[in-house]
Amino acid sequence: MTATVSRTRTAASDATPVDDGVLHPEPLGLAVWLSMAWLTLLCLAAALADVLPLYDPADTRAGIPLSIPTGQNWLGTDQLGRDLLSRTIFGARVSIVVGVAAVLLSAVVGGVIGLAAGYFKRRVDTVSIFGADVLMAFPTVLLAASIVAFTDSRGFLVVVLAIALIYLGPTIRIVRALTLTISNREFVLAARSLGATNARVLRREIAPNVVPTLLSMMIVAIAGAVVAEGGLAYLNLSVAPPTPTWGAMIAAGKPKLDESLYPVLVPGGALFLTVLSLTLIGDAIQKRHGRNLGAI
Amino acid sequence: MTSVLVSRLARLLAVLLAVTAASFCMVSLLPGDTVTAMLGANASEEDRAAVREELRLDDPLPVRYARWVGDAVTGDLGTSYRTRQPVTEAIGQRIGVTLQLVVLSQLIALAVAVPMAIFGALRPGSLLDKLLSSTQLALLATPGYLVAVGLMAVFAVQLGWFDTTGYVRFTENPLLNLKSLLLPALALAAEQIALYARVLRTDLVNTFDQDFIWFARAKGNSTRRIVLRHALRPSSIGIVTLTGISVGRMIGGTVLVETIFSLPGLGRYTIDAINNRDFMALQGAVVVLTVGFVLVNFVADLLHGVLDPRIRTAVRPA
Repeated sequence: MTATVSRTRTAASDATPVDDGVLHPEPLGLAVWLSMAWLTLLCLAAALADVLPLYDPADTRAGIPLSIPTGQNWLGTDQLGRDLLSRTIFGARVSIVVGVAAVLLSAVVGGVIGLAAGYFKRRVDTVSIFGADVLMAFPTVLLAASIVAFTDSRGFLVVVLAIALIYLGPTIRIVRALTLTISNREFVLAARSLGATNARVLRREIAPNVVPTLLSMMIVAIAGAVVAEGGLAYLNLSVAPPTPTWGAMIAAGKPKLDESLYPVLVPGGALFLTVLSLTLIGDAIQKRHGRNLGAI
Repeated sequence: MTSVLVSRLARLLAVLLAVTAASFCMVSLLPGDTVTAMLGANASEEDRAAVREELRLDDPLPVRYARWVGDAVTGDLGTSYRTRQPVTEAIGQRIGVTLQLVVLSQLIALAVAVPMAIFGALRPGSLLDKLLSSTQLALLATPGYLVAVGLMAVFAVQLGWFDTTGYVRFTENPLLNLKSLLLPALALAAEQIALYARVLRTDLVNTFDQDFIWFARAKGNSTRRIVLRHALRPSSIGIVTLTGISVGRMIGGTVLVETIFSLPGLGRYTIDAINNRDFMALQGAVVVLTVGFVLVNFVADLLHGVLDPRIRTAVRPA
């Protein structure tokens, strides 16, 4: 089925444009630019939080408890009178750092395992795929929650490790599937017949073809990791207080919903915009690559 | 077909053994002492020794694991270290709530997603299609726990149509039972709606372009008949696979939704077990959840054969 055929057919029937999943290099839409703007703003604010003229996120005298947005507290205050804008910006640090670090970690570890499994096949493949299956059969969110709860440290590192584990299984599977198809291509055979070592073939021929797809997958995975961190934080199983996290802020605001919506609305809105932006950007990149990762 | 089934079942068992062994090791190796969790930090050395003796915690790890597996196959998942309640009994009391929640939310998700996908796919690129796609994107970007708190804020707190917490058993009052589960099920369904609608829409658009659909159209069939009789079935393979995968995602979702709405389900039980270091309870819950997840995927695989006869005969690599 080619794009040309489907277009003529549709034109003949009811003259609607066809979304046929075939590569159409589209210009980046307004939504994608807005997404990038939001993420840039968020990252900048989080990085500069210490320098910006914000209230201390733990300061309970920033305003009247549960106040609506005022000139003093631009986005209102929480049940203890802490400034919501300040807490949301400081909370963004946790979301961004954990999201990016966890996905990066799982991409590096899962990428190496997946490459090895897809290239060397046989025993390496059997073991890796079994490992990935076990990881994916495990209720991963519970695994992450257990790790944080049992280690009892609740520092950044443990949370990052726990969330990286969620993405390890799928990453291994996707990289392996990509490597399998690529290692059957002619240029890989050519490199090998020229006497290239395995390491060289993997580094020079296969990895460059795997990395772009892996990167576009990572953007969507970061969105998922941010959501997962929020979930753990809601259960009080992410980075420990007094560091504010969006999930913990939503959890704290929930019992006071009848008095004020802002303690839930502000961190919830930030979470929503961040995940939406990452999803939109990930979608745009995948469309450009013309690859449907869901098929793997 | 039989040999495929047998080999798949063997693989399934191997995965289960590995998962339970892994969780057994993990919980035993990580810091955090069961005895301290049970008796508190001030317990005397004799009491501690007695408990260790009673639970046979001093046996080597493989011995304890083997004993646990031996009991588990007879349906005995051990006794909670904390509440002294048999784990099988505790899970039996709670699994109904979670099952009801998952089934209800899947029904809601399908009931909303299928029409959404059909109307979008009928006129790709139309205003309606764009509107529906944007809605799906927005749903996809809203974590389940945020939907849950949002629904609670609007329908329970502001409008007062529902109670914020409280669960009514089905045997007590079926209608109130459904009412107490509606908001949690909606929260759980939100993301599924978007996932299902997106996948089904893409598959439908592709199917609509196939020769047999054009033939059906040329014969003068109504659009309604073409969609329902011809297009839907070959387009539903993606959504069936997704259902299998979604169950894993939903396990995480139920933990949060049950916490938010204070439902006495398996998710809440598991998170309590985690927080209290109730190892036996956690181990039991993990097994039940994993078995459920693996079984659903197994059934999804079998359904592929029903939907697409070509898959039935081909022996697919696992």
